[in-house]
Amino acid sequence: MSFETPEDRRYLESHEWALETDGTVRVGITDFAQDELGDVVFVELPEVGDAVDHEEAFGVIESIKAVSDLYAPAGGEIVDVNEALFDAPELVNDDPYDEGWMIEIEPTDVGELDGLLAAADYADQIA
Amino acid sequence: MSARRPPLFGVHEGRGASFTDFGGWQMPVEFDSIRTEHAAVREDVGIFDVSHMGEIVVTGPDARELMNRLTTNDVAALAVGDSQYAAIVDEAGTMLDDTIVYRLPDEDGAPSYLFVPNAGHDETAYDRWIDHRDAWGLEATVENRTEECAMFAVQGPNSPSLVADAVEGPDVDRFAATHVTVAGVECWMARTGYTGEDGYEFVLPWEEAETVWDAFDCQPCGLGARDTLRLEGGFLLGGNEFDHGSNPRTPIEAGIEFAVELETEFVGRDALAAVVAEGPEERLVGLEVLERGIPRTGYDVASPDGETIGTVTSGTMSPTLGKPIGLAYVPAAYAEPGTALAVVVRGEPKEARVEATPFIDIA
Repeated sequence: MSFETPEDRRYLESHEWALETDGTVRVGITDFAQDELGDVVFVELPEVGDAVDHEEAFGVIESIKAVSDLYAPAGGEIVDVNEALFDAPELVNDDPYDEGWMIEIEPTDVGELDGLLAAADYADQIA
Repeated sequence: MSARRPPLFGVHEGRGASFTDFGGWQMPVEFDSIRTEHAAVREDVGIFDVSHMGEIVVTGPDARELMNRLTTNDVAALAVGDSQYAAIVDEAGTMLDDTIVYRLPDEDGAPSYLFVPNAGHDETAYDRWIDHRDAWGLEATVENRTEECAMFAVQGPNSPSLVADAVEGPDVDRFAATHVTVAGVECWMARTGYTGEDGYEFVLPWEEAETVWDAFDCQPCGLGARDTLRLEGGFLLGGNEFDHGSNPRTPIEAGIEFAVELETEFVGRDALAAVVAEGPEERLVGLEVLERGIPRTGYDVASPDGETIGTVTSGTMSPTLGKPIGLAYVPAAYAEPGTALAVVVRGEPKEARVEATPFIDIA
C-alpha cells in the first residue's frame, strides 16, 4: 500500500506533518500514521494560548486499539485548535492532510522546521 | 520460541490483514478496519479465524470424571451435542483459564469431550489433565489436537442463513453442537461464540482450512473486532480479566459464578465455596466513562473522593454505543450498577459510572 506524502509540508519521524503559511505552522498526522492507528475515536489537544515545546508531546490521539502521543514540530504558542475533531475524530482518518488538521502554532523559531524531513525523505522512512 | 501460525496465515496476509502476537500465535488483528468488521458482526455476519484457540479431546470410561474434577461446571449435565462454559482453577480457586466444554459423540461406548483452552494454554492444560489422570488412576485418553485443528467463528444476526447455505447437516439450537459437512469437509459445528451475537464456531482439520474458510462469503474479521465485540458483550479475556500470575482472580469475583457448580467435586471447589459463602472482596464491573476519556488496561479507578480503589482490565470506545466503556475490579461495596466512580486518564480523574454488563443486548 502506498501513502500520500504531500510535497508542500515537512515531517517528523514520529509521523506528524507541519505546513507553514504566513508565519504560522499547521500540524496534523500523516496518512501512514492514521492507517497504522486505525479508526480514530478520540483526540486530546491543547488550548489556544498554551505553549508547546519543539518535539515535545502536545496532545494524545486514540484509536479503538491504541493510544499515541502527538509531537510538536516547532515550539511556540497555540493560536488555533481544530475543535471539529472533538465531535468527529474520524476526520483524521478521512482527510489527514486537510480537514483532519489538529493545531496551529505561532513558532518561536520557524527555523526549527528546517530540521524536519522533506516529503521524499519521509516517504523513504515509511516505505 | 518462534510464534505459531494459523494454517491460513498466508491467505490472510494476501488479503491485506495486519497481524499481532497473541498467546504465542501470529494472528490477524485487522483486515479492513475494526469499525467495519465490528459493524458487520453486529448488523450482518462476519468470519473470524480463531485457530489460536486450543483443542483438547478427552475420551474413555473415566473421561467424565476427569473433566468434572478439573473444570468448575457440571460436566455430567452434558448430553451428546451439549456445551457449557467453565473455569479451570487451582486448589486456591484461582483461575488458570476459562473454556467451553463440548460433549462429542461417544466412542466405543465411552463418553468423549472436546474442550477449548485459550491461546497459548493448550500445552499447560494438556499437562494438567495428564498429571491428574495419572495421579488419580483414571482411565481416559487425552489428546492435544491444537495443531491439527483450525477453528473459525461465523458470527452475526445473518449467520444462520449463511450457515444454512454453506453447511450440509442439521442446524442446532444455541449452545448445541453437531458434526456437519462444509464443502465436503467434516466439521464440528457449535452454535457458540464470543461476540454477543448469534453465531457458529467450526472446528475442522488444519489442512482443510482454506476450503472451509472459502465456503463462507462474508466480512473477514480480526482479533481487534473480536476484542471490541466481546467487551461490549461483557465476556472475560484471559490475560486481561484474569491471569494466574499477574492478576489472580476467582471465577466468583470475575462474575462467572454461573459456571461454578459447587455440588460437583473439582479441584478448588472448597476454596470457591468459601468465597461464595463470605462474598468476594472485589468484583469485576462494567464502567462507562461520562467525560471525554477512554478507559484502558491498567488505568486506576478512583472513588468520588479521589482514593484509588481499583484497576481497569479492558477498555475501549464502544463502536456500537459510541461511548467509552471498560471492565474493572473494584471493592464489592462499589459494584452496584449506578455507583459513581472515576477512571484516571493520564493523571486526570474522569467521571464514570458502574454499568450492568453486557453493555448491549446479546443473543
